[in-house]
Amino acid sequence: MKNLGKYFIFLGSMFRNREPFHTYIKNTLDEMITIGVDSIFIVAIISTFMGAVTTVQTAYNLISPWIQDYVVSNVVRDMTMLELSPSIIALVFAGKVGSNIASGLGTMRITEQIDALEVMGINSTSYLVLPKIVASMITFPLLVTLSMFLSIYGGFITAQLTGVISGEDYLYGIRVDFNPFIVTFALIKAVAFAFLVATVSSFRGFYTTGGALEVGQSSTKAVTSSCIAILAADYLLSQLLLT
Amino acid sequence: MIEVNNINKSFAGKQVLFDISGRFEKGRTNLIIGSSGTGKSVLLKCIVGLVTPEEGRVYFNERNFLDCDIETKTEIRREIGMLFQGGALFDSMSVEQNVMFPLNILTKMPLDEKQDRVNHCLKRVGLENVNKRMTSEISGGMKKRVGIARAIVNNSRYLFCDEPNSGLDPLTAIKIDNLIQEITTELDITTIVVTHDMNSVLEIGDNIMFMYKGRKAWEGTSEEILDADVEEVREFVYAGKFIHTIRERTS
Ligand SMILES: Nc1ncnc2c1ncn2[C@@H]1O[C@H](COP(=O)(O)OP(=O)(O)OP(=O)(O)O)[C@@H](O)[C@H]1O
Ligand SMILES: [Mg+2]
Repeated sequence: MKNLGKYFIFLGSMFRNREPFHTYIKNTLDEMITIGVDSIFIVAIISTFMGAVTTVQTAYNLISPWIQDYVVSNVVRDMTMLELSPSIIALVFAGKVGSNIASGLGTMRITEQIDALEVMGINSTSYLVLPKIVASMITFPLLVTLSMFLSIYGGFITAQLTGVISGEDYLYGIRVDFNPFIVTFALIKAVAFAFLVATVSSFRGFYTTGGALEVGQSSTKAVTSSCIAILAADYLLSQLLLT
Repeated sequence: MIEVNNINKSFAGKQVLFDISGRFEKGRTNLIIGSSGTGKSVLLKCIVGLVTPEEGRVYFNERNFLDCDIETKTEIRREIGMLFQGGALFDSMSVEQNVMFPLNILTKMPLDEKQDRVNHCLKRVGLENVNKRMTSEISGGMKKRVGIARAIVNNSRYLFCDEPNSGLDPLTAIKIDNLIQEITTELDITTIVVTHDMNSVLEIGDNIMFMYKGRKAWEGTSEEILDADVEEVREFVYAGKFIHTIRERTS
């Protein structure tokens, strides 16, 4: 509870006494590369396999003369778009980017680099953390979009290779009954998750005290807290926007 | 000139600084000395505002630093240069970028002017041809020099050094000490150095504050310290076997 209060004070401190705008642009672009571009590979792999596995398992569960084949890909589509792509990829994002942010800031803290910024009269929270938040909120929705495409495509390839359903049925299934709101919903979730991962991990890293051991602990805590925050927000957003 | 009045600071109920007052004059190297854990670093952090004391005032040329609005605070901070105990160089940047950093953020100087200024400062601290090296690739003594260059690059009026020669060999340590003293008189700035090295004390101590267990126990110059009549100071000054032996031989 005390941490929650500190977290909000931390967020507030970012908007006091900011540096001129141009200082943030380069930092944000740099962060977009470390946060976004460097995550493409892992996101691509996980998404493709996620789609493949979902297709095979759904087909396995829906073997019944009453159910037409295209339902399989229809289910795969809704499942990936609504839940798997935004949430699973967010958990992966928490593991990769969250730990990276927390250990980076933690190291800067224990080696007094953050103090050095403060002494120069620079608002260290906004200088260091704001670019990470903005970069996450821009790149993560793009990663989720990529993930949705690759999952569905991965399912398509699997369907073709294993023959659980025909390619035509698969393509029909992913088009039928399409409600565009699920894309909007997925992107809303993506933005919210990105904000949570970036802020929670920064918060954990920023208030590291001690030595190298504590930096490791902060990074673990960052991942745990981010995951919990993601799941809670997932439930909350689903409840609010889907019912 | 920096003036501190009645600084009291405790961490989690344990008091570390007791009612510290003192004046640090411009154009002189002011030292804060004392054994490990007496609160020297904490006092320095109170002065630059990294730690907020429960009580007390800090004045930078008559400007009240602790109770002023955020604009004045930022203004004062931009006149401060600090060398940290571990160097605190930004490890994602090269030597040159580290030194240029304050100029990039705090000024609107054109690039070639910044470059000139950076080269001038690096040369001043005796570092040439290392501009493009990363900070992980240079030695401890070089890191301290880069730290000093970064601290003075933006025409600082106040220079703070926390143990500038810890972890260095005696020769390099003396060089760093002399560098700090030269810069102080040359730029006519107010310098405060925290140290527990007796060599530095005798070498550059224009004005010395001796701390013992969170209290100011003695104050004076490097000439006076050898004859100080406070027990704790004598213990500190004549702690080493080396000095002890020399003293016995000469007397
Ligand atoms: N952030 C902090 N939280 C709690 N206690 C602290 C903190 N910083 C310093 N202290 C305590 O304050 C006391 C003085 O520490 P300080 O770092 O000022 O010593 P020092 O005189 O600089 O010693 P050294 O010469 O070893 O650097 C120590 O007992 C230390 O445990
Ligand atoms: Mg210290």
